Amino acid sequence: MNARKASEPDTTKNHTTVEPKSEREIVVTRTFDAPARIVFQAWTTPELFKRWWVPKSMPLALLSYEADIRTGGAYRLVFDVDGTKTMAFFGKYLEVTPHSRIVWTNDESGEDGAVSTVTLEEKGDKTLMVLHELYRSKEVRDAALASGAYEGMGETFGQLDEVLVTLSA
Amino acid sequence: MVHHSGARLDASFAALSDATRRGVLERLGRADASITELAEKFHMTLTGMKKHVGVLERAGLVATEKVGRVRTCKLGPSRLEHETAWIEGYRQLWSARFDELDEIIAELKRKEQVNERKKS
Repeated sequence: MNARKASEPDTTKNHTTVEPKSEREIVVTRTFDAPARIVFQAWTTPELFKRWWVPKSMPLALLSYEADIRTGGAYRLVFDVDGTKTMAFFGKYLEVTPHSRIVWTNDESGEDGAVSTVTLEEKGDKTLMVLHELYRSKEVRDAALASGAYEGMGETFGQLDEVLVTLSA
Repeated sequence: MVHHSGARLDASFAALSDATRRGVLERLGRADASITELAEKFHMTLTGMKKHVGVLERAGLVATEKVGRVRTCKLGPSRLEHETAWIEGYRQLWSARFDELDEIIAELKRKEQVNERKKS
């Protein structure tokens, strides 16, 4: 029962970095204090995924999450917006390789959606995760930038619902 | 307009693709600085720093002004409002997600340890 207390002194939180790598790509990196097998489990077990994909600070309620997490499988996340509308995010898994790689499409915006790739690489008893988002073209990425889709989030998730409305418009 | 904004974004992204240049922007976000100060801070030659500042200046991210023999740099007209607001929003989303993921991972590790103990 006291296990949680004992593991608490990790005041050195791992940092999330974001870098626009090329004109079509964005790269997010983060280190986790666990073997790749455990990080992979948290990504690919729907009950666990639901808990972290929608952080507590996010003002959106996740209504449902269905996922067939294997190469060729599909996923669908449905959120409640304002209690009046719903919004779905969906796509296919292009590749699911245990403990090392997950690749999926983001099809909610049609043909133009980005392809996301997560790779897990063990470094000692830690795992380096690299999330790579590749847009279909520079134009699509620029359009995403110009729409200001993520701008509000820098301040607070309180604005995220507006952002999502913008995205769906 | 659209074309113009796209070209500006290209220039901004090219400018932001370098760690030193991102560092320079971070530094200028706190206070204006001369090229000499920036060169010292980033352990670079004056010529090297001038090149970096030039790239940032062309992207509109930095503005420079020469007073006497000193060229002072400050954040430029387009500042980072658009680009960093976007990147920062994106980073916050992932950062919040991964902080929660840390908790779940810690839980899974504890469970494994308990199971290991049961087995032995």
